[in-house]
Amino acid sequence: MNYFRKLTLLAIAAIASSYAEAQINLPFEIHGNFQLDTQYYLEDSTIGAPVVPEKVLSNGFGNLTFTRGNFGAGVRYESYLNPLLGFDTRYKGSGITYRYVTYSVNDLEITLGNFYDQFGSGLIFRSYEERGLGIDNAMDGIRLKYNPWKGIYLKGFIGEQRSYFDKGPGIVRGIDGEVALTEAITSIPDWKTKIMLGGSAVSKYQNSNNPIYNIPENVLSFATRLAVNRGNYGFYAEHAYKYNDPSLVNSTADNPSGIYKEGQALYLNGSYSKKGIGVSLSAKYIDNMNFRSDRDATGNDLNLSYLPATTKQQTYRLATLYPYATQPNGEVGFQGELFYNFKQGSTLGGKSGTYIALNYSRANGLDTTNLNNELGYESTFFGMGDRKYFEEVNVEFQKKLSKDFKLTITGIYTLYDKGIIQGLGASYGIIYAYIGIAEIQYKINKTNSVRVELQHLSTKQDKQDWAMALIEYSISPNWFFAAFDEYNYGNNDSGKRIHYPNFSLGFTKGANRIALGYGKQREGLLCVGGVCRYVPASNGFSLAVTSSF
Amino acid sequence: MAFSLSATAQDSAKSGGMPSVNVKALDGSVVSTDKINNDGKPLIVSFWATWCKPCINELSIISEVYADWQKETGVKIVLISIDDARTMSSVAPFLNGKSWDYEAYLDPNGDFKRAMNVNMVPHTFLLNGKGEVVNQHTSFAPGDEDKLFEKVKKTAAGQPLN
Repeated sequence: MNYFRKLTLLAIAAIASSYAEAQINLPFEIHGNFQLDTQYYLEDSTIGAPVVPEKVLSNGFGNLTFTRGNFGAGVRYESYLNPLLGFDTRYKGSGITYRYVTYSVNDLEITLGNFYDQFGSGLIFRSYEERGLGIDNAMDGIRLKYNPWKGIYLKGFIGEQRSYFDKGPGIVRGIDGEVALTEAITSIPDWKTKIMLGGSAVSKYQNSNNPIYNIPENVLSFATRLAVNRGNYGFYAEHAYKYNDPSLVNSTADNPSGIYKEGQALYLNGSYSKKGIGVSLSAKYIDNMNFRSDRDATGNDLNLSYLPATTKQQTYRLATLYPYATQPNGEVGFQGELFYNFKQGSTLGGKSGTYIALNYSRANGLDTTNLNNELGYESTFFGMGDRKYFEEVNVEFQKKLSKDFKLTITGIYTLYDKGIIQGLGASYGIIYAYIGIAEIQYKINKTNSVRVELQHLSTKQDKQDWAMALIEYSISPNWFFAAFDEYNYGNNDSGKRIHYPNFSLGFTKGANRIALGYGKQREGLLCVGGVCRYVPASNGFSLAVTSSF
Repeated sequence: MAFSLSATAQDSAKSGGMPSVNVKALDGSVVSTDKINNDGKPLIVSFWATWCKPCINELSIISEVYADWQKETGVKIVLISIDDARTMSSVAPFLNGKSWDYEAYLDPNGDFKRAMNVNMVPHTFLLNGKGEVVNQHTSFAPGDEDKLFEKVKKTAAGQPLN
């Protein structure tokens, strides 16, 4: 069957490309993209890089989409021979992992096959792909979307969830409705306030043969949400509830099949912004909200709920050393952000304006009381426990010193409970880190520019102090070259004061990009969006190719 | 299979046009991407995220010349943020904090990104007045904005790009 599907895809691709070459108008639109990441690994025991018997590992995929009017279809071929270090070895192999057809008629859209979707912000359902992290929990089944009236959006699906080259054991059913009151009630034409109400329910089924415990085979969850926008103000609230769902990830010594407590989550956000200023405040409460289509799944496998961290998404290299990861079993978090532009000509703005960004975020454990029964524990709603998992203060200051010269200074304070966040045990200890970063961008002329980053991280815990320097030179529109070195110069163990040099050369033309690199990679958590993946240390050459058409 | 099905589809596709996918405006309302246009003038659709440094660099640099670009060619820039639920609520405050004047939409689960076959950000599309994609580019280096504007000017004048 798999072989037949491959043949079909090849035939479609061959016919399509022959049409394209012959400059004949296709009866449909065809588009696609492609990505290949290949690495040649060198042995390096000094940084703890594992030996790679294959020497070369490679991840690749290609998508093709076909559209015509209200009809669409698509396929993706993926190949991991063998998967790059840090990707789950269950990805090993090649094949068609994604295919669908969809059409819409009279505001009803029908999708057969694979699809991605999310309800609200995803507290009880998000099916998505984050290819760089090896996450893809696409659904395979049937989805309907219906827009029966202006401002009313309905969705429903039934399907199974992708797990590597296979599917998870559970069946997932979900419905979602959203009403944009301002659009739906046309009798009041000029509402200044926009109000959106939404609700969803998701249930999963997985059979159970547990001889001792009565495990619920069907688990229901539901969520409600409200968004209000008026002028410069915005407000969003979403609450989720999950019925008892004992599973491997909430199991304890007393409840080896999992606890029977209900799950809850609440997310709140308020914002104010007008030209020159933006403020955003968020709060999040998560209690026993691990929700997966397989009760035995762990890690990033078969998640139905998406519970991103309410902390700043770091981009500077050393600032990614201690990334927060949401604790789905329980946490209370807050985040406040300010973006402000001092106008040109003002005292702080100077000739060309000054930009600052402030971010404060924090996550604590829950306020809980252990119970000696199947519920495991009880918790106070939105109650904050004493244990601080994470705290960060981030200050960014940006100034244009001249027409071609831009300076960005960043200061970060981080408190990081590595034992809790990385699951190393509660007694691992807290890390306090102080990071300073200077970034300079200089445009030499119309096509040449250079960017320099100097970073320093200071901590008495973990691996102590780090320094990092980066230089990037680009020639528009095609070339870039970059070199950086991370140096753990302050490590208390003088044998571990290691350099991690990296070099890369890239060529871009239109939507094609080819990059070659050599480097030593430190082990650590790689995080994109709210999700993280552990990446082991490595040393070697890399080739990355991306393309779209 | 795709051929026989496509023959029964109702409307004929606009060649090279944008697919129809729902995105969200910053005030929370749902907008279909086939409604995004610029009244017969060139349109730039730029995929970006608040955590993407080169994207922010590109948009900062263009923001300084955007008013001149608009005056000369009537071009409009539309931002598609791929920020997901983690950073989505920061998009409007971020854009305002930067004092940028771009029309912006949210694509938190990557539906439009997938429909446009975007692998990574920044990824910029240039559409002509008929809504056809005439050029696309991934990544950004300072100076790229001048090349983009050359293409915008040609497109506005109805000239082919190659």
